[in-house]
Amino acid sequence: MELFAQLLVNGLIAGGIYALAAVGYNMVYGALKFINFAHGSVAMVGAYIVLALALSGLHLYLVLAFFLSMVLTALLGVFIERVAYRPLRRAPKLAPLTTAVAASFVLDAAVMIIFGADIKTFNLPARRGFQIGPVFITPVQGIIIVTSLFFMVCLYFLLAHTKLGKAIRAVADDINLAEISGTNSDLIISAVFAIGSALAAAAGALIGMDTNLQPTMGFIITVKAFAAVVLGGLGNVYGAIVGGYLIGIAENLGVWYIPPVWKDTIAYGILTLMLFLRPAGIFGKKEIQATVL
Amino acid sequence: MFSELSLVVHLLVIITIYGILAIALNLIMGVTGLFNIGHAAFYGIGAYTSALLAKAGVPWFYAMLVGVFLAGFIAFVIGIPTLRLVGDYLAVVTLGLGEIARAVFKNWLSLTRGPMGLPGIPHASLLGVKFDTAEKFLLLGAISLLLVYIIAERLLHSPFGRVLKGIREDEAAVQALGKSTYRFKMWALVIGSGMAGLAGSLFAHYITFIDPSSFVMWLTFFIFLIIMLGGPGNNLGAIVATVVFVSLREGLRFVSLPEWLNPAALQQLLFGVLLIIVTIFMPRGLIPEHKITYRGHPGHAEN
Amino acid sequence: MLRIDKLTKDFGGLRAVNDCSFEVPEGMIFGLIGPNGSGKTTVFNLITGFLLPTSGRVSYRDQELTGLPPYMIAQHGIARTFQLVRVFRRMTVMENLLIAPQHQAGENLLLGMLQVPRVRRQEREAIKRAMKLLAVMGMEGLTDEYCGNLSYAEQKMVELARALMTDPDLVLLDEPTSGINPSLINQILDYIRKLRDEQGKTFLVVEHDMRVIMNLCDRIAVLNYGEKIAEGTPDEVSNAPEVIDAYLGV
Repeated sequence: MELFAQLLVNGLIAGGIYALAAVGYNMVYGALKFINFAHGSVAMVGAYIVLALALSGLHLYLVLAFFLSMVLTALLGVFIERVAYRPLRRAPKLAPLTTAVAASFVLDAAVMIIFGADIKTFNLPARRGFQIGPVFITPVQGIIIVTSLFFMVCLYFLLAHTKLGKAIRAVADDINLAEISGTNSDLIISAVFAIGSALAAAAGALIGMDTNLQPTMGFIITVKAFAAVVLGGLGNVYGAIVGGYLIGIAENLGVWYIPPVWKDTIAYGILTLMLFLRPAGIFGKKEIQATVL
Repeated sequence: MFSELSLVVHLLVIITIYGILAIALNLIMGVTGLFNIGHAAFYGIGAYTSALLAKAGVPWFYAMLVGVFLAGFIAFVIGIPTLRLVGDYLAVVTLGLGEIARAVFKNWLSLTRGPMGLPGIPHASLLGVKFDTAEKFLLLGAISLLLVYIIAERLLHSPFGRVLKGIREDEAAVQALGKSTYRFKMWALVIGSGMAGLAGSLFAHYITFIDPSSFVMWLTFFIFLIIMLGGPGNNLGAIVATVVFVSLREGLRFVSLPEWLNPAALQQLLFGVLLIIVTIFMPRGLIPEHKITYRGHPGHAEN
Repeated sequence: MLRIDKLTKDFGGLRAVNDCSFEVPEGMIFGLIGPNGSGKTTVFNLITGFLLPTSGRVSYRDQELTGLPPYMIAQHGIARTFQLVRVFRRMTVMENLLIAPQHQAGENLLLGMLQVPRVRRQEREAIKRAMKLLAVMGMEGLTDEYCGNLSYAEQKMVELARALMTDPDLVLLDEPTSGINPSLINQILDYIRKLRDEQGKTFLVVEHDMRVIMNLCDRIAVLNYGEKIAEGTPDEVSNAPEVIDAYLGV
């Protein structure tokens, strides 16, 4: 029973990270109806930037490195959008999808060249964890829980109570209508990518803190973020969060029954199954199906 | 001079194998417009099936056929739910399935020996001829490529192929004309995946060793880059582009790179950038699609 | 006879079509008009299966069409054009027309690849029919042009020809004359009337151009905010106060 509770908590911790990644992913999808395959790679880059800032010559405090990385990664996201997606706004859907995947390859390869393919860690001091009821949480895990919740709350405030948030929701709802009422959709789209990428960087860094860093993690983050979003319902922010937590829990409970090597496959499996059985997700609208006008 | 010639022959063999992969993906993506990111998985399924059967004593030809049909069958099973999804969803699902397939290659140790790979795959042999040298294999590869090319071209130039192109252009409009697009898409997917399985079998029995690293998702995009440049829907262009890119890729192996530069990563970086550039600036490909004309066709009377 | 029965379509909170009913007898040219956003194209999409109605029914010749997928509805002999032209741009004009005939033998994978005599014969016949259609529209010289290279008007003509190549009994035309120059418009209207007179085809036409509607249609229904507010002959409708109100109020 204790084991179950521990696995559950581990799942919630991982889930919080996935939820963070998923929410950023969902913002882009909601605004542009575009599946951003490069999202996970951007998250990975964010993680590696924190690594570079904190551990190499600069020796920045982890917190500072964290926020600096989010800013830099936000810029990266905006850059990618301008260069690889914006020129293809009017092209068939497959074109930006292609450049997104290509961008993820470029990022993955660049990181591999610069940092090497070996596994890296943040070398966080191993402190004794504390006991909460039947479960054991290390300080790092505690930080992860708090941080992921913090950013999700920030995002909520941004979307619900600021002018920018309103504009983003307007664009997500109906981009043409939003433009007519005077919104500069290009600016909003850049903002969406900036925010989404910053959240991705946070998620990536948290994953790095929770486990480790390797250049292949980008792709896995993309798949898990997408699995979370599909599970929760595409375009639905709260669904993305719920989906993220569910994936985290499913993974950590799942490895109790199946060999750990298949852990990542759980997310792939959930994604595939959801798209087969209920593409709209748990909270999504049912209008997602084969050929729509 | 001896070794240079064998290098060229090896290159040509790889070209025939990749050429088949290119024509196959061209049928699925270039002609029909289905974004199948899992293409490399069918390459792998063909390779592993054929290799395992051959190692168990099955003659190559039948092992290869089983590989081809298994690849096609799995494509069919995947197609049932996914072909009803809109383009982006198909892309994601095939990506997921491709990765699941690779996870199986990597983790089902008792079957595939995982990352250690399968060594000692028997050479291909047909009607008593053993294709145990590169030169002999080139013959087999070239014949296979020719066969695949002919099938793809006949398909493209038939009314069936015309519907496939229509689906690529505007699937809803094709449905408005009274056609059940599902059937057409399924055939394209199954045939293309079967062809990829053939390429896999050839690869396995040429190199005689396979491991999961040959079937990564990146490979699908390399092939995609090839058909984008060769002109989507253009099979001859696909072959020409295969020659160019495979030569480039193999050539990169010989460029002496500094220690810290991982050649595989460099490849991925360069070709990734290239793919972005091509997609944005040359969406029709370098070589335009072959136009099917009707002037001079019996039935076409201009007056 | 096309029968629309209490058709309703909701998009979330928005009711795009509300309790719409009318009938189109065989051999009639029926017009559907209304201000922008009144739901005309939505009705088309509901009839042709591209949208599922929230409630209500569609039937053609006493056969239930509600809930059928678009390709099955088309197989009942119903063809349509789209408001924003949807020709196959990277295919030639001839290819666009040849793809249209239903139940071609060549659409069978094996028969098509082997080009058996039946397939080749059907191709020849289809080409002849296509050439005749193109001749009517004065576009015989364009057979091998990519549709993406044609002018908007030419593309609309190709789309119309393509719809006719399916040999339909009921043709739904969504703003067939928008973007076409006036001299060509009359030719098209004549052709539509000819098809009705000589081949008994039925037409349901959405249009904005009032002169076209008055000229062409035997009967008209008027939509406003998704509801049918009037129905009758062109004269009756053009004088109805509700109709004048709806258009002036926009």
